[in-house]
Amino acid sequence: MNEFTNDTKWYDAWNGFTKGNWCNNIDVSNFIKLNYREYLGDQSFLSGPTEKSKKVWGKCENLLKEELKKHVLDIDTEHMSGINNFAPGYIDKENEVIFGLQTDAPLKRIVNPYGGIRLVEKELEVYNYHMDDTLMRHFKEFRRSHNDGVFAAYDSSIRKARHAGLLTGLPDAYGRGRIIGDYRRVALYGIDYLKEEKKKDWDFRFVGTMSDDLIRLREEINMQYNALEEIKKMAASYGFDISKPATNAREAIQWLYFGYLAAVKENNGAAMSLGRVDAFLDIYIERDINAGILTEEEAQELIDQFVIKLRLVRHLRTPEYDELFSGDPTWVTSSMGGMTSDGNSLVTKTSYRLLNTLTNLDTAPEPNMTVLWSESLPDNFKRYCAWLSIQSDAIQYENDDVMRPIYGDDYAIACCVSAMRVGKDMQFFGARCNLAKALLYAINGGVDEMKKELILDGVDRIEDEVLDYDKVLSAYHKVLAKVATIYSNAMNVIHYMHDKYAYEAGQMALHDTDVHRYMAYGVAGLSVATDSLSAIKYAKVYPIRDESGLAIDFKIEGDYPKYGNDDDRVDNIAKELTEYFFDELKKHKPYRDAEPTMSVLTITSNVVYGSKTGATPDGRAAGVPFAPGANPMHGRDESGAIASLNSVAKLEYERCCKDGISNTFSIIPSALGKSEEEGVSNLVALLDGYFHQHAHHLNVNVLNRELLIDAMENPDKYPLLTIRVSGYAVRFNRLTRKQQEEVISRTFHEKM
Amino acid sequence: MLGSVNSVESLGTVDGPGIRAVIFLNGCSLRCKYCHNPETWIMQEKNYEPSSLVEKVIRYKPYFNHGGGVTFSGGEPLLQPEFLIECSRLFKENGINVALDTAGAGIGHYEEILKYTDLIIFDVKDVTKERFFDLTGGNIENTWQFLDIARKMNSKFWIRQVIIPGVNDTFAYMEELDKYIKDHINIDNVERVEFLPYHKLGTEKYEKLHIFNPYQEKEAMDATKCKELYDYFISIFKE
Repeated sequence: MNEFTNDTKWYDAWNGFTKGNWCNNIDVSNFIKLNYREYLGDQSFLSGPTEKSKKVWGKCENLLKEELKKHVLDIDTEHMSGINNFAPGYIDKENEVIFGLQTDAPLKRIVNPYGGIRLVEKELEVYNYHMDDTLMRHFKEFRRSHNDGVFAAYDSSIRKARHAGLLTGLPDAYGRGRIIGDYRRVALYGIDYLKEEKKKDWDFRFVGTMSDDLIRLREEINMQYNALEEIKKMAASYGFDISKPATNAREAIQWLYFGYLAAVKENNGAAMSLGRVDAFLDIYIERDINAGILTEEEAQELIDQFVIKLRLVRHLRTPEYDELFSGDPTWVTSSMGGMTSDGNSLVTKTSYRLLNTLTNLDTAPEPNMTVLWSESLPDNFKRYCAWLSIQSDAIQYENDDVMRPIYGDDYAIACCVSAMRVGKDMQFFGARCNLAKALLYAINGGVDEMKKELILDGVDRIEDEVLDYDKVLSAYHKVLAKVATIYSNAMNVIHYMHDKYAYEAGQMALHDTDVHRYMAYGVAGLSVATDSLSAIKYAKVYPIRDESGLAIDFKIEGDYPKYGNDDDRVDNIAKELTEYFFDELKKHKPYRDAEPTMSVLTITSNVVYGSKTGATPDGRAAGVPFAPGANPMHGRDESGAIASLNSVAKLEYERCCKDGISNTFSIIPSALGKSEEEGVSNLVALLDGYFHQHAHHLNVNVLNRELLIDAMENPDKYPLLTIRVSGYAVRFNRLTRKQQEEVISRTFHEKM
Repeated sequence: MLGSVNSVESLGTVDGPGIRAVIFLNGCSLRCKYCHNPETWIMQEKNYEPSSLVEKVIRYKPYFNHGGGVTFSGGEPLLQPEFLIECSRLFKENGINVALDTAGAGIGHYEEILKYTDLIIFDVKDVTKERFFDLTGGNIENTWQFLDIARKMNSKFWIRQVIIPGVNDTFAYMEELDKYIKDHINIDNVERVEFLPYHKLGTEKYEKLHIFNPYQEKEAMDATKCKELYDYFISIFKE
């Protein structure tokens, strides 16, 4: 690791750092491990916000209020998306210490036509904006969009599955996102070094017989190289030269942020996550503090203002998109904590400083604070996180002890639950398929119960008076095999076209050139499908058929074990279902030899999925929302919180759900313990206990149902109320009424 | 051997330290006017082998690391001594902390029971024979037998007192309570005294079960006043 060659570089900017492999080639993880200092103390060192930060955030708060009223504050109709297509923008120039906005004004949104021009037209129409005519005409005349490409290639089976809502939320008209650039590279190495490396790759490493793959890759490297130059120019427009490494903490944060800012100027991906920056930035901050050129207050000011910028990231969306992913989320997921492979924690003072923004700048949904939890994390840090969770409802937890063995110790979460090695992995985001609807197709011979149209060919209708478990299961397996084929085909088309028409050059420039790709499938309606199968197996289920013979409702006789009560009889059905479907998906060859993975995650789309799905054999009525993610169905987890958590913990992460298993947990404050102190200890014990069983993810909400009902009726009383939904945090008053009702109907664990 | 278990709550955080699985056993000889678990009064069908109960609860063990464990509650868990002993023994064998939430109104076997009990959560009810009978319908002297053995066994205690408006929400009662505890329990073993303000959460259960609720019209206890009484109690208790 410490061998030095002629390639070894040294910049003055690195003085004080320990040398290592990171000086020979791009290796941020090596830099962190050689230079970071673990922090075992508590939060007492933290500083409050400075006057400057308060002023800047005060201005933002007013803008955010205005935005909430208008939904979209402003749109730039004179430029289209791009790394350096916008003039510099400021909030309050003399009080800002970290600079850069997506456009020339805060919260002014970018038009990104590359995903789909039709969608852009729709978005502009909804908000009564008009794009510059010449620009629009030229784009349409000279450019195809991702969406044009996809629909030119989709076959009828994919179109039908999409139309019926068997597959929903596919990124075929908007940016796929879920790509995390290693923005730290900009700070550590400077742009020129990164350009040199890409040039070397292009000149020497990726040469040879010009196959499809190599031609595409060489063009991409060239695009990446140009994008790096664009990032440099964009930074220069703000008066910063980022060609060389950052020399201090302020520059490190600023350089890193320019890397991220380029990504959100260029792309409007569903999730534009930040990565894992806590230990990295801490090295710079501690170096400056030790040199006496930075105080704790100033360090917190830098972090506060960095986070203010992250909170202002916006993308232009349609109302249909909002219905799926409500509350204008951007998933600026910021992963922190975790352990090294050597068994030390990666908790630093900057892990605290980042979380402290939830106190200094009020609680907020973005950045999506994600704590990589390990049973071995320092106790002080665990307690601080738990305390802050109870205060803010803004933190999600993901199990470092199950992810670290797979991804090593420099991975981060994209979106809600998708782990990737930073700068080394990317993923092809694939939304999700509706498992509950697929089960109804098995009963109804491939005919959609809502549209009354034939969606899947070659499936026999089940005409029994009472549903037979073995018969239904075998038909379901047949349906799932067909769905997997369609789903895989759709994904290949989408990502082929996305690479072709909406390639994320700026983000991919901050990855290794030989990046590892995941094909990230997903499922929704797991608890509904599972309970339905359990009802068929353990109770008597009579389909109620309409005149055409379609099962449109079900009568259940007797009781059946329900997912969410730590009962293996039904929990194993859920486990086997995920395994079966994933095995079917794995049979197909993914685009660019990506590695298939699968998530159990709905975000807020569980409401839309439910509304598009007929009555199910578990007794759920037509149109009723699904439970989110891997959650048990609302109110059916009757054995208390721990039994509920244990059921979810049985789903296998590594075996089949390596793209994440989302669970959202709500508990009333008094059920956590009598005093604040006890509440904190018990929440820590709860997280330790859940993750000890190899569970993957937990959103934690500590609040009363009555409070949410009051907030629904009186939104103005609770402007800041933030809650965790499936995989992200959201301001409660930005959810649709239907979604608010769904959140309120969820199980609140409240045994006293 | 089978026991009669009403229900198991997997996340209990108020009946003993840490996260606890609370096992509600059926059967109680007292009829406390404020009872919020009337569904556990009657001994029901025996439904659990000790081993199957332990097997179910042991799944929650990872959550017990920060001082948690199981708590037997009810009902009056002392009314099923053999079952209680066998379950507690198995829990201890598996390294799980055992707490016992009781009024001490049992039927013996106390030494054997307390051998496997780490903590007694003792509900005082009232301190005179007459008032105890009036509140619970039971005989206070029965509970002394339990407390005597607990004293001999050096058992640890959390003491609970429900504070009821118009019944025991007086400073005079605080003094009686202080004396009563000191008379019957080795105060070196008292880790905590808790006051529970009388609440109305059990009311619906009475309606559902069609049982007469003697406190139908009773107001809930004011939390501030309860805290005042508690502070006063602690000041004399610590003397």
